[in-house]
Amino acid sequence: QAIVWDEYLTGPFGLIAQYSLLKEHEVEKMFTLKPGRLPQADVKNVIFFVRPRLELMDIITDNVLREDRGRSPQRDFHILFVPRRSLLCEQWLKEQGVLGSFIHREQYSLDLIPFDGDLLSMESESAFKECYLESDQTSLYHAAKGLMTLQALYGTIPQIFGKGECARHVANMMIRMKREFPGSQNSIFPVFDTLLLLDRNVDLLTPLATQLTYEGLIDEIYGIQNTYVKLPPEKFAPKKQGEGGKDLPTDPKKLQLNSAEELYAEIRDKNFNAVGSVLSKKAKIISAAFEERHHAKTVGEIKQFVSQLPHMQAARSSLANHTSIAELIKDITTSEDFFDNLTVEQEFMSGIDTDKVNNYIEDCIAQKHPLIKILRLVCLQSVCNSGLKQKVLDHYKREILQTYGYEHILTLNNLEKAGLLKLQTGGRNNYPTIRKTLRLWMDDVNEQNPNDISYVYSGYAPLSVRLAQLLARPGWRSIEEVLKMLPGPHFEERQQLPTGLQKKRQHGENRVTLVFFLGGVTYAEIAALRFLSQMEDGGTEYVIATTKLINGTTWMKSLMEKLEPAPF
Amino acid sequence: ISWSIKETASSSTSSLEGRDSSLQKGSSSYAAFPKQVSSYSLSSLFKGRNRLPSLQSLSDALSDTGVKNYAPELRRPKAEYKDYSNDWSPKDTVRRMQRGKVCSLERFRSLQDKLVLLDEAVAGHDGNVITAVLIFLKRTLRREILFRELEVRQVALCHLIHFLKETGEQKFLLDLLRFLDRTEEVALSQYREHLNIQDVEKRREFLKGCTGLPFSAEDISHIQDHYTLLERQIIIEANDRHLEMAGQSEIFRKYPRKASILNMPLVTTLFYSCFYHYTEAEGTFSSPTNLKKTFKIPDKQYVLTALAARAKLRAWEDVDALLTTKNWLGYTKKKAPIGFHRVVEILQRNNAPVQVLQEYVRLVEDAETRLNLATKYKCHDVVIDTYRDLKDRIQLMAYKCKVERGSAEEEKINSILSNT
Repeated sequence: QAIVWDEYLTGPFGLIAQYSLLKEHEVEKMFTLKPGRLPQADVKNVIFFVRPRLELMDIITDNVLREDRGRSPQRDFHILFVPRRSLLCEQWLKEQGVLGSFIHREQYSLDLIPFDGDLLSMESESAFKECYLESDQTSLYHAAKGLMTLQALYGTIPQIFGKGECARHVANMMIRMKREFPGSQNSIFPVFDTLLLLDRNVDLLTPLATQLTYEGLIDEIYGIQNTYVKLPPEKFAPKKQGEGGKDLPTDPKKLQLNSAEELYAEIRDKNFNAVGSVLSKKAKIISAAFEERHHAKTVGEIKQFVSQLPHMQAARSSLANHTSIAELIKDITTSEDFFDNLTVEQEFMSGIDTDKVNNYIEDCIAQKHPLIKILRLVCLQSVCNSGLKQKVLDHYKREILQTYGYEHILTLNNLEKAGLLKLQTGGRNNYPTIRKTLRLWMDDVNEQNPNDISYVYSGYAPLSVRLAQLLARPGWRSIEEVLKMLPGPHFEERQQLPTGLQKKRQHGENRVTLVFFLGGVTYAEIAALRFLSQMEDGGTEYVIATTKLINGTTWMKSLMEKLEPAPF
Repeated sequence: ISWSIKETASSSTSSLEGRDSSLQKGSSSYAAFPKQVSSYSLSSLFKGRNRLPSLQSLSDALSDTGVKNYAPELRRPKAEYKDYSNDWSPKDTVRRMQRGKVCSLERFRSLQDKLVLLDEAVAGHDGNVITAVLIFLKRTLRREILFRELEVRQVALCHLIHFLKETGEQKFLLDLLRFLDRTEEVALSQYREHLNIQDVEKRREFLKGCTGLPFSAEDISHIQDHYTLLERQIIIEANDRHLEMAGQSEIFRKYPRKASILNMPLVTTLFYSCFYHYTEAEGTFSSPTNLKKTFKIPDKQYVLTALAARAKLRAWEDVDALLTTKNWLGYTKKKAPIGFHRVVEILQRNNAPVQVLQEYVRLVEDAETRLNLATKYKCHDVVIDTYRDLKDRIQLMAYKCKVERGSAEEEKINSILSNT
């Protein structure tokens, strides 16, 4: 058969099934979904792997209608919805008259995709917009289903904590689903002690700030898609002697980044300023290792050296790659613009001058910097001020609309709805209280040997991760007042475990908490949670799940109105 | 030095490894669960099972292979897929729809039944099912009744609105929003449509209509500005195209336009106007001062934009005039609402000659910035004067090597050094 792929799905699927696996199942050809006629292929069956989206249905209709029915052999069509069938889509296909052309219409419930040993994502990029702008809870339903699957595999989670409206909905759905399937009580010893459900809108600040961990910066600058990153090729050209005239590669260099790569696992969550010393130490170790060959005297020693060679070569190539990446990042982080931007961000986060129009932002608008950068900054100011005063808000709005075009009023409206850029209500700014109580701004941050999660933003501790940290110890009772200032209810639920499965933690054994971010999570927050996991007397280890891996730019983009390009 | 060959495991989850064998790291072996599903379901769906009814699902394939221990709803008995009777209650209908079975909703004829069905769907949280029920209700209920019932069912209402937006049923959506008195949303929703109108005249007409919509107080002024701007742009575009083609205007000959001004943002339009129509009187639509007045462009933005435009044309006297103000005594003073370092930046970007740059570098207030800029752009006089004012002999002497031998600047340095 042949598979026609929705481009968006190829990434996530690549994480769980390689082409070789599909080939084993008689998949001969693969095509990308696009309008027009389907390419020639001598197959009996054509399967469409798509998300249940109406625009894609239009393309499929186009494909099907243009199929030459006279050709032989005739091809059969099938459609596989990921993650679920959509009656709306099928209705649409019916109205176009092509629904009958599909022999099989199925769904493949790919809810949570593993990205690493401690990270799962639904890769639902519209989840935040749907939940918070459109009050559409479908992605929450998928999240709940994903959690049910997780519990079927790893045992019922005895304790559920949550903060936020969406968290409440997901918890309710989970409890209801459990009730409706009484036979699902299984005898698996629970892996997770606690589930913490967090709404993204409980912490709107963190994704807006520029991440400063190694992985976070790679994502901010180059964008990590399904653990792959595309980088400018110049620094990766192999340096061969005597081939000076060789042309530089023009295709971007594609690298996979996950914890299977030893060096990457070591540096990914560090503050970028601490990466350089790790890389230089590694360089010395690797050089020394290669020098060993001169000391190998006996056959046994030589044999041992040779057996370790592939590993050393892999380590050396890994080091070369990351040294190049670090150089690329350093070019950006040492630029004046990056520094100025970061300065303003940190001023806002530490509560300085959040109530007046900021000169740097104005200058950037005047110089017509990319709109997303501007939006991140003004939203950051608004969140750090619990909303802007009318005069300040109007000023920014006016400048943005005059400089970038009036049609952006639609985006500004979305941002207001999401709570990112709004009027201050009641004349009160809660942020300083929240900041002080939760210790969100730490002046004495140590980037090289951190002792607190605030190292991931060089001073700012992600609010969401602080909440997780305080939940474990000493518990949320101690921050009741502050919790009330954050949007949405907070709650606790317990799920019954059959007797015999109740776990008694040994002394020194860590609890395991699954933190589910509803609406997106950044790599910096993941790094912060990993930091907590490996703290000596932390007591808790964290596994992270989310609807989508995001950074400030991709998140902002998902909230912007899709505008048609200007006609002329 | 020993290099371990075994699969790398990050230290934080080492204790999870024992019980967590199916979530292994490494690019080729992620969670066993999805992998197993894919290897069984796809092949068994398409290998020699083409004659099965279309409602056969994944779960059957799985149950045949005896895979157990998955989420409960994956192993349902075959019987559930046959529609044995037509008597499913609303609750059960919803249940079955949640599991992917296509149900006919036609038998729910009374309003009461339909509402119960809707409420059950909402309680089930499955957006797919809710939407399906709404499609049915939309088709079989009178609009007023549907709207009235949805007004008190927020979740269903949100779903319907989302559905209408996705399918592009603009008219229905606006009627619904008007019924709910969500007037601002109506306004914005309608305004959004302007993006689909390519023809400029039609777009202008459309925007004119938008100015009468119930926008919020803050937004209405922007919409009005949008309309006014497009109206002006159409006039300017028509005039300028005419001028260009006639070939008489020098500026258009020297700097032919690369793009039309239509649908450009306001600031871009101002730049264009300062570039091509700088000297025009306030009365014309294309004059910068007219734009400034009509759209209440603040001084700062105006000076910045005009500066950039005149600098591009290398019109240094215009730049000078922009930055000069006359006070009541008739004395002129150089003033910039944006900081002279920014002025210098803009001039330098347009390759202003050193003499011009120098004049403005001199006006930078902060000494350190002034020195940086002056040194960077080789404004020797300014450097020398600043070091002199700071009484920094050492730096002054050091700077001597940066100037040409025998030049006026060298002489100046020498004379300062010898006089103090």
